[in-house]
Amino acid sequence: MSVTMESCNCVEPPWPADELLMKYQYISDFFIALAYFSIPLELIYFVKKSAVFPYRWVLVQFGAFIVLCGATHLINLWTFGMHSRTVAVVMTTAKVLTAVVSCATALMLVHIIPDLLSVKTREIFLKNKAAELDREMGLIRTQEETGRHVRMLTHEIRSTLDRHTILKTTLVELGRTLALEECALWMPTRTGLELQLSYTLRHQNPVEFTVPIQLPVINQVISTNRAVKISPNCPVARLRPLAGKYMPGEVVAVRVPLLHLSNFHINDWPELSTKRYALMVLMLPSDSARQWHGHELELVEVVADQVAVALSHAAILEESMRARDLLMEQNVALDRARREAETAIRARNDFLAVMNHEMRTPMHAIIALSSLLQETELTPEQRLMVETILKSGNLLATLINDVLDLSRLEDGSFQLEIRTFNLHALFRELLNLIKPIASVKKLSVLLSLAPDLPEYAVGDEKRLMQIILNVVGNAVKFTKEGSISITAFIEKSESLRDPRAPEFFPVPSDSHFYLRVHVKDSGSGITPQDIPKLFTKFAQSQSLATRNSGGSGLGLAICKRFVNLMEGHIWIESEGLGKGCTAIFIVKLGIPERVNESKLPFVPKVPTIHGRTNFPGLKVLVMDDNGVNRTVTKELLVHLGCDVTTVSSGDECLQVVSQEHKVVFMDISVPGNTDRVTKENCLRLGMDGVILKPVSVDKMRSVLSELLDQQVVFGAQ
Amino acid sequence: MDVIVQLQAQFVEYTTSLYREGFLDDQFTQLQKLQDESNPDFVVEVVRLFFEDSEKLLNNLATALQQQCVDYKQVDAHVHQFKGSSSSIGAQRVKNVCVAFRNYCEEKNLEGCLRCLQQAKHEYYLMKSKLETLFRLEQEILAAGGSVPMMT
Repeated sequence: MSVTMESCNCVEPPWPADELLMKYQYISDFFIALAYFSIPLELIYFVKKSAVFPYRWVLVQFGAFIVLCGATHLINLWTFGMHSRTVAVVMTTAKVLTAVVSCATALMLVHIIPDLLSVKTREIFLKNKAAELDREMGLIRTQEETGRHVRMLTHEIRSTLDRHTILKTTLVELGRTLALEECALWMPTRTGLELQLSYTLRHQNPVEFTVPIQLPVINQVISTNRAVKISPNCPVARLRPLAGKYMPGEVVAVRVPLLHLSNFHINDWPELSTKRYALMVLMLPSDSARQWHGHELELVEVVADQVAVALSHAAILEESMRARDLLMEQNVALDRARREAETAIRARNDFLAVMNHEMRTPMHAIIALSSLLQETELTPEQRLMVETILKSGNLLATLINDVLDLSRLEDGSFQLEIRTFNLHALFRELLNLIKPIASVKKLSVLLSLAPDLPEYAVGDEKRLMQIILNVVGNAVKFTKEGSISITAFIEKSESLRDPRAPEFFPVPSDSHFYLRVHVKDSGSGITPQDIPKLFTKFAQSQSLATRNSGGSGLGLAICKRFVNLMEGHIWIESEGLGKGCTAIFIVKLGIPERVNESKLPFVPKVPTIHGRTNFPGLKVLVMDDNGVNRTVTKELLVHLGCDVTTVSSGDECLQVVSQEHKVVFMDISVPGNTDRVTKENCLRLGMDGVILKPVSVDKMRSVLSELLDQQVVFGAQ
Repeated sequence: MDVIVQLQAQFVEYTTSLYREGFLDDQFTQLQKLQDESNPDFVVEVVRLFFEDSEKLLNNLATALQQQCVDYKQVDAHVHQFKGSSSSIGAQRVKNVCVAFRNYCEEKNLEGCLRCLQQAKHEYYLMKSKLETLFRLEQEILAAGGSVPMMT
């Protein structure tokens, strides 16, 4: 602004104008005016563009101020020469306005500038804040990365159950995540006194370094579950010769707890007192001037924990696999043992069966022939001898049966043959068998059956007979004089029990009853000590052995087993030597549903149903000296279901025949063709029938039917 | 398929002819009835037994009849055996010869016996070849995958 304002007196200047000076002033004023006009325009333009500027009013003021100044200068251009009064007025107005505005602006600035300054400070503050946030973001991101690394590491480590893979993977992943120079794992040796370098990251074949475990630095690391910075010079960190001039990077070590199954206890985890630890050593690159950051240390600690868990899992898995293998081995061994045992039992049974058959055949011969011999004329000495032979033979036969029975009873392969039978008749038969023997010894035998004893019962008749015979037989054997009394009745719950077997409690039901039999004798009695031994096989006490018992000691043992199979109990009571004894047994028998007397003879023969078409299991003996005929007849009978034995001569026939053979076919060669005569002769000799060859299947069938039905063959054929 | 049908027809025709000509009788049918899955070769085995037995018997008979002093009881015993086996097989013609043979034995007619022996041999060998043919036919049918038709 031009300070030198010339007065507008319209007085001619005192000196003739310096034209040059005037010209310069003229030009300068013009340019000033231009500038003064363009500045606000620029301001307006930029403000319009920015649209954020909060001080519009200020700008307007400034604008006005500048415009007015410009206007003043512009108007000044006219005042250089002669100018009219209007111009002077305009000039004055402009100047006045300018003065006003500028003063106003000056006053406004007093308020505005502090504001503007505070804006600046706020701006600086925000910038700082933004920088801080940036830093924090960076940190968070780093942490998140770390977390991701940990997860990935954990996943890698836990994805395998193989211990070596776990450890190797740990080192590899840690090395990668943290960009380590070297990573090493030291495992405790078996003795626990040293640490051995087991795995490294970069070294391909780690030398078998060991370090004593009691080093202070190691103790320091082991005593805490945090990762500890250790010196690069300590033994565990000196894995490779120093590269020389470079500063080795910082080293961190952390403990890894190792779980061994023997000291694993669920309540102790994770604070176990005598734990084994491995040491993980991590080295930063040697020339990087990197430092261990907090989050990296955390990562290392987390990883160490995960590794411990993974290793424990691996250990448990190993253990369970081992246990399973052991079990499998044991199973195999057990299976083998079982099969061997089964084979042994089978072999024994086969042996027994064969021996049984082999022994029975000559036994039969001896018994049969001795009986026959008895019927002939003999001198008294001869008779005595024959009787002895017979008796011995019978005893031997019984012994053979007993041994076979007992062995079958013992290995559980014995089955009772359950049938409906006549109980009363059984006792009658018993009496018939015993009476003759007893009367020889001049003993009286008394049988009393309870009136409510059912006539028919369901059970194993043969074995029941065996039991009773054995018990009664013993009574007879050991009684020199006096009587034997046999009582049979239904067991009631109030009856006296064996004091030695209180747990035996028979409970009758609708389908079963318990038969109780007492056999009392007035014989020599038994001492209380001997009573338990009675039922033990082969055990004979002195008092028993002095008698010529002639028993093998098996009889009562077998009885006991049969009684047990019949869900019963057997015991002997005696008051002592010379006071006789009472044998008592209880057996469970079934109650038959319907009983048809005609259908149930005491000793059932082959079922007598008329007109059978098949004869399953019927034992037949065929004697024929012609091979072809033998084969044909045998096949015929086999076709009808029979069990056929063939012999080719009369001698052989005698040898083989036994009471098991129900039918015997004998081929007869007679001279001449007179069939009728032959038939008559045969029948007279005692044959049950004659049939002529060749025989058809139908013919054979009807013959067998008739034979079994009527015991004789009718028919003209 | 055609082959099997043809073979079967051949078999049936042959068997029928054997029955018609009296070589086999009902007993042979009985034997075939006894053959089943549990004993599939029964007939063949029995027939084989028969052949073995018969050869022996025929030799024995020849020897016995060549003796200076013929033991007719012995001869009769052999013939009886032969008769028995042949009738068990169903070899009708052989059996019939044996019946005649036994009569001659009772009469102690040496010439008759010798003649019968010849006849018996003849019939036996004839029977043998016929049966062998029959069995061969059976084998052919089985080999072709067919089943042997049963004679009723």
